[in-house]
Amino acid sequence: MFTDFFYILRQNKVPVSLVEWMTLMEALAKGHIKDLDDFYFLARAILVKSEAYYDQYDVAFQQYFQGVEAPEEIAEQVLDWLKDPLNRLFLNEEERAKFESMDFDELIKELEKRLEEQTEQHDGGGHWIGRGGTSPFGHSGYHPAGIRIGGQSGGRHAVQIAGERRFKNYRSDLTLDVRQIGMALKKLRQLRRTGLEDELDLEGTIKATAKNAGDLDFIWQRSRKNTVKLLLLMDVGGSMEPFAKLCSQLFSAAHSSTHFRDFQYYYFHNCIYDYLYQDVERVDAVSTLHLLHTLESDYKVLLVGDARMGPWELTERYGAINYYERNEIPGILWLKRIRDHFSHCVWLNPDDPRFWIHPTVQMIGKLFPMYSLTLGGLEQAVGKLVVAK
Amino acid sequence: MEKDNFAQFSGSEDYVTSEPLRNAVNVSIALGRPLLIRGEAGTGKTLLAHSIAQGLEKKLLTWNVKSTTKAQEGLYVYDTVQRLNDSRFGDKDISDIKQYIKLGKLGQAFIAPEKVVLLIDEVDKADIEFPNDLLNELDEMSFYIPETNETISAIHRPITVITSNAEKELPDAFLRRCIFHYIEFPTPELMEEIVRVHFPDIKDSLLSEALKSFYKLREVDDFRKKPSTSELIDWIRALIAGGIPHENVSKQLPFIGTLLKKESDYDYFVNNFVIRRR
Repeated sequence: MFTDFFYILRQNKVPVSLVEWMTLMEALAKGHIKDLDDFYFLARAILVKSEAYYDQYDVAFQQYFQGVEAPEEIAEQVLDWLKDPLNRLFLNEEERAKFESMDFDELIKELEKRLEEQTEQHDGGGHWIGRGGTSPFGHSGYHPAGIRIGGQSGGRHAVQIAGERRFKNYRSDLTLDVRQIGMALKKLRQLRRTGLEDELDLEGTIKATAKNAGDLDFIWQRSRKNTVKLLLLMDVGGSMEPFAKLCSQLFSAAHSSTHFRDFQYYYFHNCIYDYLYQDVERVDAVSTLHLLHTLESDYKVLLVGDARMGPWELTERYGAINYYERNEIPGILWLKRIRDHFSHCVWLNPDDPRFWIHPTVQMIGKLFPMYSLTLGGLEQAVGKLVVAK
Repeated sequence: MEKDNFAQFSGSEDYVTSEPLRNAVNVSIALGRPLLIRGEAGTGKTLLAHSIAQGLEKKLLTWNVKSTTKAQEGLYVYDTVQRLNDSRFGDKDISDIKQYIKLGKLGQAFIAPEKVVLLIDEVDKADIEFPNDLLNELDEMSFYIPETNETISAIHRPITVITSNAEKELPDAFLRRCIFHYIEFPTPELMEEIVRVHFPDIKDSLLSEALKSFYKLREVDDFRKKPSTSELIDWIRALIAGGIPHENVSKQLPFIGTLLKKESDYDYFVNNFVIRRR
């Protein structure tokens, strides 16, 4: 039933799976629907799992149901007639398979014929059921039935709702892979025993108890916690614009990871000079030197940037792209200082590795192990960050 | 599942629902699948479960998920330390492991003699693997306790409500098994209804003035945390308690602290609204 709707949804990039589709079929078979409005909300609740897809769902819904001139409400008696025997029927797998294989049009014709013949409720509904699990059609099929039987025209509320596309603003293809990145970052951990002694050391307890000639002697130990502290330095603006989405994914993944002991992030533009910034607009400045002094060297450093710039911007005094920065120390020396201070640094480059032949990319690549900002590259980078030195 | 049971939930006295939400709740009850609720903070995600429990006269079990919560804790905890202690000092029969198995909220919901409402609150607070660890248990509504060689299966499938603030992405496999509903921010009409539920005697003039100011404030995109329903309710309570005449509400916006909770928002408000008006 409605199989085309399934494919239209998928065409519109709503991630609907067969599991959900079967759930919808189950719900339809139970007969929880009285009109298209109900169907709109029912199908949405079952098929769509994030408000980010509500808009795509609306679009698909419109595509599928547009031109459906359904009656205002499906005639009461048709509904009752269809509904009544249904709730006594529990579909099993076999029956379901049967109804899927039934010829839909045939059923419609039959239904039409019956409707013409009868003017009031007909308990011959049992007859339909008797023909083997065909009943679900009554509900799932109510819409074509509506078109054909009712013949009255009138605006459909649900299609209108879909037409409003109120969820356009919720649409964000952006967060889709945050989870994957989060999973990759999860590997960034080093477990150490820290904090209060709140975990029972079973082996120690057994040993101590044995020594104590069977008198219980509890031994407690500190529980294991992640000790990784992460410092994220991101290049923003300019040539990084095309990768802004990717970078913000990385950022939100890192930011929502709760398992780091500490997480700090700063922005820079093009290359790091005397100052790093706490906001993307680069207003809130923090002296790079101050950071080098205050952050312990065991912070794991993730630098993100395309590393592409004019060679002078990297190697020259006063080379900063922002004229007023007047850096006394060339960028490359700042980068070296960072590398020398922190024990683990990696550079993630969102650019295609084919373009890494650029001179400044090469130079920075010599300072930091460079990986591409893909899931694979991120995993390698994380691996590099956790190895002991 | 009888169909006449379908439209079970229709909101409760102090909780106003929209039709899509009622539908989603009823579908989830009928299909016996967990209902995943998302929405802006303060739109009543948690209250929904309370309302379902109240409306259907069922017991409510709440499992508050925290960042340290493990999936296992919801099923059962085997209190080995107590057993060890009893083996030495207690006079209990410690060979009966059963008495050391303490069921978690999920377990309690399964063995409850009648259908209960189970609220798993803020599921996204926990570890990223947490929802996956519960997949099977929520799907089959049963779990196995190896220590006692027992399988706990649900006598009645609990009505499960899961809330999420979308702090973390939830795994697809988990989502596939849920019914999903996104609570939209209430329209002014629905909001009026909601406020009236809380303050049945409120004067029309005060209500409309308060709502007008409230929605105007919500239009300001620069607020880091926009005021939400619960803040509006607090604000109106303050307005009534303070006996503020309605004509002063939109002019002076008294007790603004109940609406804006972040310092930066408050500063922004003072700079852009108060000063300009002077």
